[in-house]
Amino acid sequence: MSPVLIFTERGIYCPAGDFYIDPWRPVDRALITHAHADHARPGHNRYLATDIAAPVLRHRLGDITLNTVRYGETRTIGDATVSFHPAGHVPGSAQIRVEVEGEVWCASGDYKTAPDGLSTPFEPVRCHAFITESTFGLPVFRWRPDADLASEINAWWQAAQEAGQTPVLGAYSFGKAQRLLTLLDSNIGPILTHGAVETTTQVMRVQGLPLPATTHVTPEMKIKDHPGALVLAPPSALGSTWMGRFGTTTTAFASGWMQLRGIRRRRAADKGFVISDHADWDGLNSAIRDTGAERVFVTHGYTDSFSRWLTDQGYDAAPVPTEFGGEEEEEDA
Amino acid sequence: MKSFAALFTAIDGTTRTNPKVAALADYFATAPEPDRLWTVALFSGRRPKRAATTTELRRWAGEIAELPDWLVEDSYAVVGDLAETLALILPEATTEPDTGTLTDWLTRLSTLPGRPEEERRAAVETAWSSLGKTERFLFNKLITGGFRIGISRKLMTRALARATERDEADIALRLMGDWTPATMTWDRLIHANDPEAEGARPYPFCLAYGLDSEPETLGAPDDWHAEWKWDGIRGQLIIRHRQHHLWSRGEELMTDRFPEFARAPDFLPDGTVIDGEVLAWDVDAPMPFAALQKRIGRKTVPKKLLTEAPAMLYAYDLLEDGGEDIRALPFADRRARLEALIVNLPDDAPLRLSPRIPFADWGTLAQHRLTARDKRAEGLMLKRMSSPYATGRKRGDWWKWKLDPLSIDAVMIYAQAGHGRRANLFTDFTFAVWDGEALVPFTKAYSGLTDEEFGQITAWVRKNTQQRFGPVRQVTPVHVFEIAFEGIQASPRHKSGIALRFPRMARWRHDKPPSEAGTLGELQALLAQYG
Ligand SMILES: [Zn+2]
Ligand SMILES: [Zn+2]
Repeated sequence: MSPVLIFTERGIYCPAGDFYIDPWRPVDRALITHAHADHARPGHNRYLATDIAAPVLRHRLGDITLNTVRYGETRTIGDATVSFHPAGHVPGSAQIRVEVEGEVWCASGDYKTAPDGLSTPFEPVRCHAFITESTFGLPVFRWRPDADLASEINAWWQAAQEAGQTPVLGAYSFGKAQRLLTLLDSNIGPILTHGAVETTTQVMRVQGLPLPATTHVTPEMKIKDHPGALVLAPPSALGSTWMGRFGTTTTAFASGWMQLRGIRRRRAADKGFVISDHADWDGLNSAIRDTGAERVFVTHGYTDSFSRWLTDQGYDAAPVPTEFGGEEEEEDA
Repeated sequence: MKSFAALFTAIDGTTRTNPKVAALADYFATAPEPDRLWTVALFSGRRPKRAATTTELRRWAGEIAELPDWLVEDSYAVVGDLAETLALILPEATTEPDTGTLTDWLTRLSTLPGRPEEERRAAVETAWSSLGKTERFLFNKLITGGFRIGISRKLMTRALARATERDEADIALRLMGDWTPATMTWDRLIHANDPEAEGARPYPFCLAYGLDSEPETLGAPDDWHAEWKWDGIRGQLIIRHRQHHLWSRGEELMTDRFPEFARAPDFLPDGTVIDGEVLAWDVDAPMPFAALQKRIGRKTVPKKLLTEAPAMLYAYDLLEDGGEDIRALPFADRRARLEALIVNLPDDAPLRLSPRIPFADWGTLAQHRLTARDKRAEGLMLKRMSSPYATGRKRGDWWKWKLDPLSIDAVMIYAQAGHGRRANLFTDFTFAVWDGEALVPFTKAYSGLTDEEFGQITAWVRKNTQQRFGPVRQVTPVHVFEIAFEGIQASPRHKSGIALRFPRMARWRHDKPPSEAGTLGELQALLAQYG
């Protein structure tokens, strides 16, 4: 019997169901874990994703043929039974469970074990084989609770206000930006958003996610009409001429990579907040333990180190051959 | 330790100069005196004696965190800083937060060197379990030495001058020399007049930038003095109170290492300070850097080396004359005084005038530059005739115009991932040249390509790995790179028998198949000519 899932140059493939998971070349049938660009690519004939992922997916990929499922709902595709389970990474993100003749495999996509108040919280999926990401698969990556981060970010906002500076917070426009919106304390002042952040936020607001009010930064907008405001923008806007309109600014960047001093300094932002949509070291280890899987395939990140570690822990673990790993894009971290 | 950690966070949290200086000045004005003194010492490269080796620290931290050695190593490879890696992998602090000051911590550390391992480990573990993440990182930095945290000596001097309301140049002078917090007090460092310390105190070195445009842009040749840029150790020879002192640019006292200069007070008057280059000397010309290198690591020099590689100071500049600080005078005047001083020296004095290269136009000078290697020089130095002797690096008056590097085309045979931001890129490569049918590795290089090129080569390495040795991947030998380097010397420790100075990738030779890469014979020829 062929394995439930195999790694091909188009992506993860299920021979029994003749479909791909997060393929990076055009295929007939694509199951999409979530709407980040390195997982959801254009050009496939048919897409299947969660209902919660659908609005942003449509917003990003335009007019695609998209079917949706709810978390936990099963579908039969060929000889395979598939279901989507919360991955806790961004709203609508899923781990995809595939069962063929009683053998269960699960492809995690990207995941985060700690709840963030916006994404449906991560649920472990019992399986025989687990395909895990390892973006932060080294023991130097450990996150603090969201409450700590919230007070750190809000304190930074307040300090900027007192110093007469406009704080500009850089974060990826889908996922990280909205999570920050839930952490920011609107009592401190108004929140202004860059267009890239605003449009995605608006899509998610319309679908009913609890997001605070924001003001879109337009060319006509005057910063003095919004005293004490904080600006939320994609990382590419930090340091660009777009910043000119805000007077004296102080910048910060929010990402798991901010854990490392070298990266923090090279970012050349005034401050780095360690906040990630991916599981940290402890999260990866507990998630894998909770699947009960014997076999673990490691993709996306520190694959060599992390699979060696898992092997030491008694798993039958291996990095996914790198030529099939797709290119690594700095989309979300 | 808390206030020192706060200072660090403030400095580390900004890329701008003014907030850094302000944070430092504030600290110097408010912290307890011993802490200030230690901070000055740490930021000017003075480190406490090691309480533990890095190997021990890795092992201890790994055992506490229950991580295997290789994973600590892999983590270090990504983080790029051992002190930080260990601070991050250790479990959260468990005991009451420690309230000791920076000086308390350093005093505790100072009792540890030489003690048995269990004792040192217990002390370090106690610290780890009571310090927060930033403090723990700083503590690890204190143990491992090397306190570079984005504050230059110049900025620290400025902050110190601001906090103590003293002249910046005066402070810069006072910080020079080989004092330690154990031999110094805050008051003596900043305020007191100590004739003995002042007698030995060097001036801050004036440094040059690399010339990055055509020399014609410098203006009239008459305004400039040209001389060779020698490949030795920049040094400052001080004669005061009938004693001599020899300082390196790194502010290390080299007096005992070069006994040749003990005679200097015999023929130089008191109150003389000369800037020059210490070179190994062979009758009438400098020897290659490798000859001098044999003497660098030694505190005292065996007789044999003294005869094999005698030292000479090639004088560039005069900073003090007759006890008077003349750094503000124009270079032309200082040089004239230097010449007058040296012209009367006996022939066997270990001191000569670095010759001036006369030139009427820039084209002539460019021709001279091409012969630098034959002179055993690295290139040319250009000094504006009217320039004062500046403190540190200043743009505009002094330029180094180095020779184009030597180069050879080589085949990439091994690749390794980089550190930090480059941890997911292959950036460290080993290169080989042909020796008959075989490829012989001869150098590593890890800089010189663009980020895009590193990205391309990374994708290629992933798909063309033949074998793995730990983090090192052997790759199919197909890519040819031009390797540029500054010097070449014989090295029995290397398989190829040669070692390069400052090798880097100058160009990715997409146009060359591996069969057209260089040979060991070519390297040996370069060695014979320039080694
Ligand atoms: Zn993602
Ligand atoms: Zn991803």
